[in-house]
Amino acid sequence: MRFAVAVEVRGLEGIADPAGQTIERALPVLGFAGVSGVHVGKLLRFELEADDENAARLEVDKMCERLLANPVIERTEVRIEPAPTSVAEAR
Amino acid sequence: MKLAAEGAESAPTIGILYFPGSNCEHDAARALEGLGASTRLVWHAEDDLSGLDGLVVPGGFAHGDYLRPGAIARFSPAMDSLAGFAEAGGPVVGICNGFQVLTEAGLLPGALMRNAGLRFLCTTVECEVASTSSVLTTGVAKGRVLRLPINHYEGNFVCDPDTLAALEANGQVVLRYRDNPNGSVGDVAGVSNAAGNVVGLMPHPERASDELLGSSDGLPLLAAFLRAALAKRERAGIPATSATARA
Repeated sequence: MRFAVAVEVRGLEGIADPAGQTIERALPVLGFAGVSGVHVGKLLRFELEADDENAARLEVDKMCERLLANPVIERTEVRIEPAPTSVAEAR
Repeated sequence: MKLAAEGAESAPTIGILYFPGSNCEHDAARALEGLGASTRLVWHAEDDLSGLDGLVVPGGFAHGDYLRPGAIARFSPAMDSLAGFAEAGGPVVGICNGFQVLTEAGLLPGALMRNAGLRFLCTTVECEVASTSSVLTTGVAKGRVLRLPINHYEGNFVCDPDTLAALEANGQVVLRYRDNPNGSVGDVAGVSNAAGNVVGLMPHPERASDELLGSSDGLPLLAAFLRAALAKRERAGIPATSATARA
């Protein structure tokens, strides 16, 4: 079964995020009041062939641990859903 | 500042690992050769490090710094061999991008993030020798101030407070910025592993290897590294090669 995977990589709690802070300061200047907690991260998207969602998740967790994130400074949030059939058929 | 006491007959041979995107390997080789060492450039896909007494992971942008600096480079065959070399006590130094590679490989503590000011820094900074129990600083006076160039966007050393306290207590903070340019915790410019044989630093000692370049303050660090490499060679009982038989 084919899955669409999205891995969001964010800084760990307490790790400085100067890009997020800069954006947070810039938004009110443009008149967007009330914005707080801006964080800048990375989003990785890919498709993965696996037996079921559980197997896919285990595989993606291993990828995060070994390559996609650095656990010293980053944490990840993984979203997995069945790949849209149109995409699967096109391949 | 040659390895005067040892003489050319006992020059150590230093391997300099390079990756697609490395750009300081020749600078490192030249600076080390100027101190009397032999050098061999080692392509990252090689895994044979035999005959080498010390290893340098030089600066640059290995694999384009894609994903994170050092994230891809750590999986190169040469890095597996380097890990074995380090575990056996061999002296290893990572400079700038090399420092990032060694932290990603888990051979050094912490991580290097984007500079606090989000600016690429290209300047000369003053660093203080904070510990003499590493292969890069043995025999260099503690507290000595060195003028060294920095050249990085991701040199902001980060680790959790407990790790930092442990590094300080164990003498693993090797170099400290006098005027912190990038936001590093504890003003850390360079750290070592617990044994002191693996060191990483953001400043470039190889670029401070001649007064013509603006500073020769990198030489005492590189000379200390070569002494450690020579000691490793002698421990291994390998007969020293002549400096003229350079690969």
